[in-house]
Amino acid sequence: MSTWAGVADIASDVQAGKASATELVKKSLTLIKEKSEFQAIIGTTEARALARASEIDSQVQSGKNPGRLAGVPFIAKDNFLTFGSETTAASNILKGFEAPYQATVIKRLEKEGAICVAKANLDAFAHGSSTENSDYFTTKNPHDKTKVPGGSSGGSAAAIALELAPFALGTDTGGSIRLPASFCGIVGYKPTYGLVSRSGIVAMASSCDAPGPLAASVSDAALVLDVIAGRDELDSTSIDRQGQYTELTGGLKGKTIGVIEMDEHISGDVRQVIDASIEKLAKAGAVVKPIKLPVNDYALATYYIIQTAEVSSNLSRYDGQRYPYSYPDAKDLDEVYKKSRSIGFGAEAKRRIILGTFVLSSGYYEAYYQKAQLVRSKIINDYEKVFNEVDFVAGPTAATTAFPIGEVQDPLQMYLTDVLTVGANLAGLPAISLPAGKNDAGLPVGLQLLAPQRKDRELLALASAAEEVLA
Amino acid sequence: MAKLTKNDVLKLAKLAKLELTDEEVERLVSELGEILGYVEQLDKVDVTGLEATTQVSGLSSVTRPDEVKDYGYKPADLLKQVSAVEGNQIKVKRMLA
Repeated sequence: MSTWAGVADIASDVQAGKASATELVKKSLTLIKEKSEFQAIIGTTEARALARASEIDSQVQSGKNPGRLAGVPFIAKDNFLTFGSETTAASNILKGFEAPYQATVIKRLEKEGAICVAKANLDAFAHGSSTENSDYFTTKNPHDKTKVPGGSSGGSAAAIALELAPFALGTDTGGSIRLPASFCGIVGYKPTYGLVSRSGIVAMASSCDAPGPLAASVSDAALVLDVIAGRDELDSTSIDRQGQYTELTGGLKGKTIGVIEMDEHISGDVRQVIDASIEKLAKAGAVVKPIKLPVNDYALATYYIIQTAEVSSNLSRYDGQRYPYSYPDAKDLDEVYKKSRSIGFGAEAKRRIILGTFVLSSGYYEAYYQKAQLVRSKIINDYEKVFNEVDFVAGPTAATTAFPIGEVQDPLQMYLTDVLTVGANLAGLPAISLPAGKNDAGLPVGLQLLAPQRKDRELLALASAAEEVLA
Repeated sequence: MAKLTKNDVLKLAKLAKLELTDEEVERLVSELGEILGYVEQLDKVDVTGLEATTQVSGLSSVTRPDEVKDYGYKPADLLKQVSAVEGNQIKVKRMLA
């Protein structure tokens, strides 16, 4: 028996006066305290959350409907701007930052009655695949405390696996929702690029950043997406929604699923679980077809040029002036910049800034950045070709299960963790990681499903049917 | 493709307004060398006839009317996070040493 009912059921109980938002918020806050040893949470928004809960309870008492997510507590990755707590992106340079406005995603959730109760840990500025790059602490995997939860949305994924709240928010620039969802055995959804507004989210690589939900089930993730999706005048790259994302019909039967070839880079235990899952989908009526996705060979290299270029540009705003940390003893402006950034940024942020500055610098721009932009076009074309033959693409989310804390020390080895997820970001595709089973050691394996751009509803419907078959 | 030297890293750090310790520079030379070695595989990819992708939303020339709108926050809210403010402006240290 799980701690929380489905998101829609919780909300309808609150709307009907059968559950109180205050009790739900208190329950979530208590669980956060009880499970603090996993270090999933940076801080709570307790006072504001309780005040909002009491407001929602009185709305219900006076006969008003507080919305589709009435009284549902949630946890936001700490790179979403929220009221009621600091927003730090798990970085020292943003420590003490109190957001002057909230992210569009947070505003849309609050408008439907949801209540943010806490901020989750991440790799600082979302740079990483394990939360070990957090400037504060490493989150532990709920299935095995000696393992990482994945990243960068590792705190959000661990929070859902620990059942601290019914749903959480993450951001996915190269796999940062899907990878931790896979390592923690939960559902992580990366929408089509632009479907969910980036306004009020600490920018990483703007042409790839996609906010999305992490939840215990596909239907919970779909309901959250339905609330947050759609054009936002504060994000000019946002796109119009396509119908209702909660209509999870027409899922699996007769759909053609292209399964990527799993070579020796995928570990044996992962291959075994994924093979068994695909067999179950085929038995349930999916048409399964092996495919080759050549893009996976060079997607990661392309991603680490484009992403670091955009990171170096986005992090230039941290100038020691406009955000809390400023080196106090500087003698001139240039020293304010240099000292504040050098003290405030961690090793990974510096590495990406230097690499990004290099690929954008005169003399190397054509060979690196422009070449990567051209290969990005090839990647998009390759996906288009594949989607002419199949409706969806399936494969593992990650090549391994969760790895031990402290094991991956080499930056390139850590980057390679994202090799199966970055393609969707470069092409702007919707993608989901679903729990597919566990290996012999009890560690979860995620099944990744991808669809063409703007086919979010179809992908969620497929995932919902697959979830039933895999359960 | 390139192999980065210690001087290259120092030059890049200067462009990016970062001060690196000797140890950080040494480490970056080796780590960035490894990463650039990995991305060299892109040399082999044939991109003849392709145009560069700069964004994937499929949108073009998104515009809006140039008018002031109230989004519920005031300049004072934004200035609250700034380390030094005078009047309604951000105060900076002198620019010329």
